[in-house]
Amino acid sequence: MPEIRLHGRGGQGAALASRLLAEAAFIEGRHAQSFPAFGLERRGAPVTAYTRIQDTPILNHSKIYAPDAAVVLDATLLKLANVAEGLKPGGLVVINTDKGPGELGLPSGLRVAAVNAGAIAAERGLGSRLAPIVNTAILGAFAAVSGAVSLESVLEAIRRNVAFRTEDNAAACERAAIEVETALL
Amino acid sequence: MKEVMMGDVAVARGVKLARVEVIAAYPITPQTIIVEELSEICGRGELKARFIKVESEHSALACCMGASMAGARTFTASASQGLLLMHEMLHWSAGARTPIVMANVNRAIAPPWNLWSDQTDSLSQRDTSWIQLYCENNQEVIDTVIQAYRIAETVYLPVMVVLDAFILSHTSEVVAVPEQEDVDRYLPPFKAALTLDTNDPRAFGSISGPIEYQKLKMARHEDMMGAVEVARRADIEFGEIFGRKYGIAERYRCEDAELILLTSGALGGTAKIAVDALRESGAAVGALRVRLFRPFPADDIADAIGGAPKVAVIDRNLSVGAGGIFAQELKAALYDRERRPAVFGFTGGYGGGDFTPEVVEKIARRALEMDKPDSPTLWEAIP
Repeated sequence: MPEIRLHGRGGQGAALASRLLAEAAFIEGRHAQSFPAFGLERRGAPVTAYTRIQDTPILNHSKIYAPDAAVVLDATLLKLANVAEGLKPGGLVVINTDKGPGELGLPSGLRVAAVNAGAIAAERGLGSRLAPIVNTAILGAFAAVSGAVSLESVLEAIRRNVAFRTEDNAAACERAAIEVETALL
Repeated sequence: MKEVMMGDVAVARGVKLARVEVIAAYPITPQTIIVEELSEICGRGELKARFIKVESEHSALACCMGASMAGARTFTASASQGLLLMHEMLHWSAGARTPIVMANVNRAIAPPWNLWSDQTDSLSQRDTSWIQLYCENNQEVIDTVIQAYRIAETVYLPVMVVLDAFILSHTSEVVAVPEQEDVDRYLPPFKAALTLDTNDPRAFGSISGPIEYQKLKMARHEDMMGAVEVARRADIEFGEIFGRKYGIAERYRCEDAELILLTSGALGGTAKIAVDALRESGAAVGALRVRLFRPFPADDIADAIGGAPKVAVIDRNLSVGAGGIFAQELKAALYDRERRPAVFGFTGGYGGGDFTPEVVEKIARRALEMDKPDSPTLWEAIP
């Protein structure tokens, strides 16, 4: 029953990423639920979104407090939010950063996966070099290291739901799945 | 075919499948997506409906009322302050016996300003003669919109389909979208018994004396009471075609229960998880989700409670000065009956408080520990 929390900044596509994850699980014939943090979102402000995946119908309509994984679209959020909050022991953090997984100051006991999703997205012309749209790239890294959904399902979810620069998004997703680097802290 | 969609999108897709002919709505968070989605569906020509842009919710419902009286199948949607601005027209449209369907996304009423779920907006319309149905998930949302037209056009009373702000409206879930040909079979085109016709002018709503007024209002009451059976049948017949039905009050593990948790809306699903955990720990607890709120299905609810000695109502609403609204309705429904359980009226979670399965379990344990409620209204503060 993976429960995933996504951290981003308004405009980076965290809410869409949580929906794409739900779509990927649905493509695999599973049940999924995706919701934003119901806040007063605005561009640049920290936002969170959630995805719940299970094999049986989802009855629970409460929020997620103890996720299995946190996906961080913007490393500057590490200064503003405790991205490890409530994570299950041995939980996974997937983060967009140009640093290595051990260089981020995250608490021990976590599995940390680092990927330079910003550089990958910018290379594909997604967003701008200063403000790349990293949601599809980081999902590739998440699929590769979490096993919660397959990379193929995420790519299919992108092809079905992302109308803008679809193949660039899919390519960024695949690239990040290869480049992601994991460490157990 | 199954798709992943938000509750607001499920509403719009249900409206499309119902082949609605006139839509008038004014956007308000968290209902806005319904209006945007319908606007796009109409713009793409997928639904041949007249989409009327209006300057207020009051006008939106006035448009629907006029269109309905001219014989069109109509739809509107609102939430919170918008629904309150419609209040006068809620009475008008029901008194005119127009079978309008509205989606209301439950949102707290200001002040203070708050966008999150709270049933007080729709429940405070309980005396307007609108039928009200509360949904647990997005599958039920799309199905209930379709059922709502069947009910409305049978009893000639408007129907409000209610869903929780964000918890359903902005949450994406897997939804089986009914096939158009099945919906057409379930819901034939609306043929109004009486329509406005400029070639055959009639007056409506002119002044009438006490006896006429009482007769009309009592007739409306009797038809509303009859809507319990109409809603039940509409759901059963829906089940025969689509393979899904919900009941008007849904029971979950109520057999031999010492305590029954009475809920509504999306909380109903979360309560089932709590019931499983409580049963696992040896506590005889069941859940009852009220789907049809107005008319209040008193017999069904009393039957579901059976001989259970305790009922804990969880109200995500508060009538200030009276308590939780479902608790009041339940107590009134039980007063004349032989079996009258102790009713624990818990209230909380309005304005966005999150009912987790653990919070529901805690409420159940509080009720199990007390012989009788130590206060008519028990507050459970929920972050």
